[in-house]
Amino acid sequence: MIALSVNNLTVTYDKQPALENVSFAVPEGSLTGIIGPNGAGKSTLIKSILQLLPTLSGSVEVFDEPYKKQKKIIGYVPQRSEVDWDFPTNALDVVLMGRYRHIGWFKRANKKEIEWGKTCLAKVGMADYANRQISQLSGGQQQRVFLARALAQDARIYFMDEPFAGVDAATEKAIIQLMKDWKSEGKTVLVVHHDLQTVEDYFDHVLLLNKTPIQYGETQKVFTLSNLERAYGGKIAFLDKSPVVPQGAE
Amino acid sequence: MTYTLWIILTGSLVGLTCGVTGSLLVLRKMSMIADAISHTVLLGIVGAFFVSQSLNGLPMLIGAGVVGILTAFFVESLHSSGVQSDAAIGVVFTSLFALGVVLISFIGDQVHLDTKHALMGEITFVPWNTLQINGVNYGPIAVWMLGIVLILNLFLIWIFYKEIKISTFDPQYAKLIGVPVVFVHYLLMTMVSLSTVASFDSVGAILVVAMLIVPGATAYLLTDRFFPLLLLSGGIGILSALIGYGFAAYWNVSVSGSMASASGVLFLFAFLFSPKHGVIVRKIKNKQYAS
Repeated sequence: MIALSVNNLTVTYDKQPALENVSFAVPEGSLTGIIGPNGAGKSTLIKSILQLLPTLSGSVEVFDEPYKKQKKIIGYVPQRSEVDWDFPTNALDVVLMGRYRHIGWFKRANKKEIEWGKTCLAKVGMADYANRQISQLSGGQQQRVFLARALAQDARIYFMDEPFAGVDAATEKAIIQLMKDWKSEGKTVLVVHHDLQTVEDYFDHVLLLNKTPIQYGETQKVFTLSNLERAYGGKIAFLDKSPVVPQGAE
Repeated sequence: MTYTLWIILTGSLVGLTCGVTGSLLVLRKMSMIADAISHTVLLGIVGAFFVSQSLNGLPMLIGAGVVGILTAFFVESLHSSGVQSDAAIGVVFTSLFALGVVLISFIGDQVHLDTKHALMGEITFVPWNTLQINGVNYGPIAVWMLGIVLILNLFLIWIFYKEIKISTFDPQYAKLIGVPVVFVHYLLMTMVSLSTVASFDSVGAILVVAMLIVPGATAYLLTDRFFPLLLLSGGIGILSALIGYGFAAYWNVSVSGSMASASGVLFLFAFLFSPKHGVIVRKIKNKQYAS
C-alpha cells in the first residue's frame, strides 16, 4: 500500500525554484531517508508536503486521500532551532501539545492524557525531566522532547527534519530505537538526513534529492556511487571520511 | 464610592487588563505591535465619533477593534511582501495615527477629544464621566469599559488557552495539527486593541504601551511557567497602578505617568534581583563558581 504519494510538486522561493516537479511514492511501513546536498530543498520538501510552505503546483496524497483530509495521521518532528526554547513551559507541557488535536477545543488535558505524555517521555529516556523548564535541557534532551511529542501524537506517518543534527549519543540511540519501533508497528517514517555514512544502517528507502528527485527506491538500489555523484555533483563528503558539516535551516 | 477609590479602581483595572493581555505579546516577541496599535486606535476612536457623533463606549470599542485588526493586517501584508517587519510597523502606525490626528482637528471644540488627551490620558477626569441611565448614576464609563474588556479577554484566554499557548511556542507545529494560527493572531490583536481603547481615557496612547509591555516583561524574568506568568503579569500591572497612584497623590504629580514609572521601577527590581534571571544573582552565582 502506498502511504504517501507526492505528484509534481513545485515550490519557488523568492522566485527561484526550490523544488521542481518532485514526484515519488512511499510504501507503507518504510523508513525513508531524504538525502541531498546543502540547498537541495530537503527541509523545503517536508514543509511543502506538510503545507507549512506554499506550493506553486502539485499535489500530495496520503493513503489515496488528499493531504487535507488526512492531517490527523501526520506526525512531525521539526528542527530544534525552529522554536524559542526560552518559552515559559516544561517538557511535559510540550509533549502534551502533541495531544491537543485529540483533546479537542476548549478542553484541558485530563489525567489519562498526562499519563500518556509521561509514558512518551519515558520512552525516549526523559522520564525524570517531565517538570524541567525547557530552556534548562540540553540540545539532545530538547530533541527528545520533540520526539516524545511526536510519539504522543500517535500518528501513522512521521516526518523528521534532521533529528540527528548535533545530538549526543543517548539521543541518537533514542531516535534509532523510535524509528525501529515505528517501523515494527507498520508506521511510515520520512527523515531528512545529512550524514551519508549512516544512511545504509538507518533507512530501507532513500530519496536522493537535488531540487528534483534524482531517484527514489530501496536503499541498496538507490544509494549507489553513480547516483550520489549525480546528486552531489562529484562532491561527496563521505568518500574522504571528513566530518559532514551540519546543515542549517533552508 | 469616593473619588479616590474610583481612580484607584480604574488604574488597577488598566494594570490588570493590559498586564494579562500584553504578556502574550511579550511572549510572541511582538511588543512593538502594542506601540503601533496603541497609536492607531486613535483613528478608530475618531472614526467612531464621525459615525456615531458621540464618544460613547461601544462605538469606540468597535472602531478601535477594527483599526487594531487593520493595523496588524497592514503590518503583516507589508512584511510578507518583503518590507522588514520593524519598518512595516513604523510605516503603518505613523500613517494611521497621522490620519487620526488630521481628522481629530475637524472635530474641533465639539467634544473633549484632543491630541494631548489622546496621548497622555487623564485618569483624574475619569470619575466625572459617568454612565447615566434614566437619571441614575452607574459609575464611571471607563470602569465599565475596562471591566467588560477584562472579562472578555479573560474569557477568550480561557477558551483558547491551548491554542494561544501552542501557536506562540511553535506556530508551525500548531498549524500542522490544525490550530487556526492566523485566527489566534488576529484574536490577540483584537484583545490588545480593546484593552488599549478601554485604557485610553485613563493613561493615553503612549503610557498604555508601558502598561501592556512592562508587566509582561517583568513577569517573564520571575517565572518559567506560562499560566503563572499571565497571573503575575496581571498582578504586577495592579501593583504598578497602586504604587503609581500613591506616589502621585503624595507628590501631586501625573497619575498615569507615575503608574508607568512604577512599572518601570518594578521591572528594574526584577531585572536586578530576580532569583532566576536577575543580573545580580547571576553575578553572585558566577563568583561562587569561580571561587
